Amino acid sequence: MEIPYTVTARPDTGLYSAKIGIWLFLASEFMLFGGLFSAYVFLRVGALPGYWPHGLLNVPVGTMNTALLISSSVTVVLAWAALKMRQFTQYKVWMGLTILLGAAFLTVKLSYEWPAKFHHFGAFIKPESLAKYEPYLGNNFLLARGLPPRVEITGDLEDEASLKDTAAKSYVFKALDAVNADPANPEMERPAFWPRPVVEKRVVVDKADVEYASMFYPRHSTFFSTYFLITGLHALHILGGLVVFTYFWLPVGANLYKRNPEHLANRVEVVGLYWHFVDLVWIFVFSAFYLL
Amino acid sequence: MEPAPGQTHAPSPDAAHQVGRHVKGYLLVGLGLLGCMGLTVWLSFVNFGPPSINIAVVLVLAAFQAGCAAAIFMHLKSEQWTIYRVLLVTLLFVICMFGLTALAFNDRLHLN
Repeated sequence: MEIPYTVTARPDTGLYSAKIGIWLFLASEFMLFGGLFSAYVFLRVGALPGYWPHGLLNVPVGTMNTALLISSSVTVVLAWAALKMRQFTQYKVWMGLTILLGAAFLTVKLSYEWPAKFHHFGAFIKPESLAKYEPYLGNNFLLARGLPPRVEITGDLEDEASLKDTAAKSYVFKALDAVNADPANPEMERPAFWPRPVVEKRVVVDKADVEYASMFYPRHSTFFSTYFLITGLHALHILGGLVVFTYFWLPVGANLYKRNPEHLANRVEVVGLYWHFVDLVWIFVFSAFYLL
Repeated sequence: MEPAPGQTHAPSPDAAHQVGRHVKGYLLVGLGLLGCMGLTVWLSFVNFGPPSINIAVVLVLAAFQAGCAAAIFMHLKSEQWTIYRVLLVTLLFVICMFGLTALAFNDRLHLN
């Protein structure tokens, strides 16, 4: 049976079927990410002073990833344009580049950004013990300047395996993040573009003084749970797009092109629309989590 | 793999010319988006005083970038009305979701 309107437009909508289908799908995606972003706003605005970190993510890496995705949006639209002009070799080149750019994004995210977080440690200090750790929190300085307090000490643990040792009475840092190593420095009030290096400093934090402590896993804080949820869901979308791009880049695409090039052009347009949407979502994810 | 001239599936010269005309535009928009991204990153670190100004600047620029990508790459600047209708309904739902969030937040403050 021939599926109607895969190439030509339906007279009533003026669109071929896959295009109306993808737009309906994107509408549901818009609501999915819209719901998550509204939750993000709710959690962020409602966070207690000092409990929503700023400057924990690597902005240069995030910027590079944003550039990769924007570039891939350009290459996928060029791949579609090449098909419309019946330049199959150029289509293969642009589509290949799109796959490489998307794969680079995913590789950076999964092999560098996330693992770096999993090896970083943070301990939220109990309100009654904040004064004890004043040299690492600098709250008197912040209070004098009318700024929200710091409640967390972050850095690298001396022995990550010690976290599982329930008998241990303290957490031992071998290095502190710059913000805790020099908390009364006015430069630390605002995050910097280039990540400030950790400072070698051995600091012992008693477990009795800690409200909650863990590596930067999703469970660490509301910030990281929303960060990993939204960037993880976004990464899944990237993966899905890459699978479909690769499918059309393989001989399947060439065979379809031989049968009807306009049909392949329509399919690439549809998956391209999805890809642009994923790029669009990332622009807001980058702004919300890395820059604000 | 290029279809021979006169082959059934070859594009009409007019259609190919139309798309070809847009290729330069796509490249320029891509470069513009990259530049806008750089500007957004730079402005996010400029000290405007209250953080709310940085938030507003970054969100306006992000919305501008998203708007450009949607209008040019997703061809929304010249689409069929069916798609605009779908998006309008979606937008209303998203606004309602954000509205409910705002209402819940205000309720919580009220109870406190």
